[in-house]
Amino acid sequence: MSNPTYTVIFYLFAAITVCSAAFVVFTRNVIYSAFSLLFTFFGVAALYVFLSADFIAVTQVVVYVGGILVLLLFGVMFTNGIMQTGQKSEVFHIVPGTFLLAGIIGALLYTFYTSHGWMPSESTLQGSIVERIGFETMSRYVLPFEMVSILLLAALIGAAFLARFDKSGK
Amino acid sequence: MSSTALSQFSIPFLMGNNLNAWSEALAGFNLLGLPLGLVILAAIPLVFIALYSLTYGVYGERKISAFMQDRLGPMEVGKWGILQTIADILKLLQKEDIVPTSADKFLFVIGPGVLFVGSFLAYAVLPFSSAFIGASLNVGLFYAIGIVALEVVGILAAGWGSNNKWSLYGAVRSVAQIVSYEIPAAIALLCGAMMAGTLDMQQITILQSGSLGFVHFFLFQSPIAWLPFLIYFIASLAEVNRAPFDIPEAESELVAGYFTEYSGMKFAVIFLAEYGSMFMVSAIISIVFLGGWNSPLPNIGSLALNDMTSGPVWGAFWIIMKGFFFIFVQMWLRWTLPRLRVDQLMYLCWKVLTPFAFVSFVLTAIWEVYVP
Repeated sequence: MSNPTYTVIFYLFAAITVCSAAFVVFTRNVIYSAFSLLFTFFGVAALYVFLSADFIAVTQVVVYVGGILVLLLFGVMFTNGIMQTGQKSEVFHIVPGTFLLAGIIGALLYTFYTSHGWMPSESTLQGSIVERIGFETMSRYVLPFEMVSILLLAALIGAAFLARFDKSGK
Repeated sequence: MSSTALSQFSIPFLMGNNLNAWSEALAGFNLLGLPLGLVILAAIPLVFIALYSLTYGVYGERKISAFMQDRLGPMEVGKWGILQTIADILKLLQKEDIVPTSADKFLFVIGPGVLFVGSFLAYAVLPFSSAFIGASLNVGLFYAIGIVALEVVGILAAGWGSNNKWSLYGAVRSVAQIVSYEIPAAIALLCGAMMAGTLDMQQITILQSGSLGFVHFFLFQSPIAWLPFLIYFIASLAEVNRAPFDIPEAESELVAGYFTEYSGMKFAVIFLAEYGSMFMVSAIISIVFLGGWNSPLPNIGSLALNDMTSGPVWGAFWIIMKGFFFIFVQMWLRWTLPRLRVDQLMYLCWKVLTPFAFVSFVLTAIWEVYVP
């Protein structure tokens, strides 16, 4: 991080991430907040790149921008009355909300400043990250990997079942 | 300062044949402490897209389509209509930049920009020569597949922002098509990645070089490679909305799809994005299956054709020619095949291409494991 160029680029992406995330929360237009999520996801992907986690950065783009954001946009666009900005909740709990927020931020900061267990690796990573991820997934983490696969398969079958055209019902 | 800067600048063209020599020398080039080299590095593909779309993309497509239909094409401006593109650009520049009153201004304006950035970002990992690549990532191929997602968001922004039912229909069709065809395309490219054992675009290309030229290309290295090659080519046609998969902009039903409301420079940017992604998918298929910047000519005895046509400059020539060949095939198909219906499109993707992609995946894996 000694190179000033990288520092400038880092703060640029950090600013993009934070500003677009704030826009997602504060805008009244649901479509705008969905599109603003695009910049948040990309900013987070860029921050992963700064952590030398290229693979996770690209996965972030594939999963969140290519999958979740598109699904979200479709969902928002096909909802009636989405452009009416008058939609808002009538329930406000400002005082408990503030306490909850302060509590969570305080706990996070406390953990951040007191714990030193970042677990640095004993040896620096040599060669391609992708290869290591492949070996680890297929050896040490093969059981979690298979469990996630079965879960996703079940979700896929469930979605196909729900979306199926019901012939007997007609 | 200026003398050192100048000597640094002249280095890339003298440094010879080392891997990524030009791009690394360019990345280290600073002017007055500013990383000007990085900007130039990013600007080179941009200039390439602009030049190629104006010449081969616009003029070439009009001429090729005309010859295929036994017409003459543009003939009025200049000899054989060569200056027609310049006239078109002048027209586009002078056009009034119309934003419809009922359109969503913000989304209408950012839509073409996001679309173009989406098609341009993948150029970062395309090796244009053995000495030039934007970023030699070890996840290059994965990145090139994944970054297309940004285009999807751009199309949705343009279609929704236009506040026009044809635009929205076009955008929704386009997104459904791109999202579906990403699956067979990704599995087909995975076959190529399995043959290479790496996702680094430069490494994939190097593994296909050799003195026998085209024999070393992955397409000819395995008896099943033609299947993923064909699947990726068909799926890439759908991903860039080219005929016979141009239902998002089907003129006879949707006026012009998601860019119905666009005119002037915004329209030009959308078209630049389309030509950009056309070359992008053509370059990816050339790199994964046809050896990228490697010369296809073999050494025949003492006639060392492969050695004569290798090197960084020849590499740039070969990959651009291979890309242009696939763009020619795309144009050829556009004027040959009729457009598919929406249900036929989904049938082709989910019931034909995806199962065959899985079959080719398994067969390639068996071939790679058991046949050395």
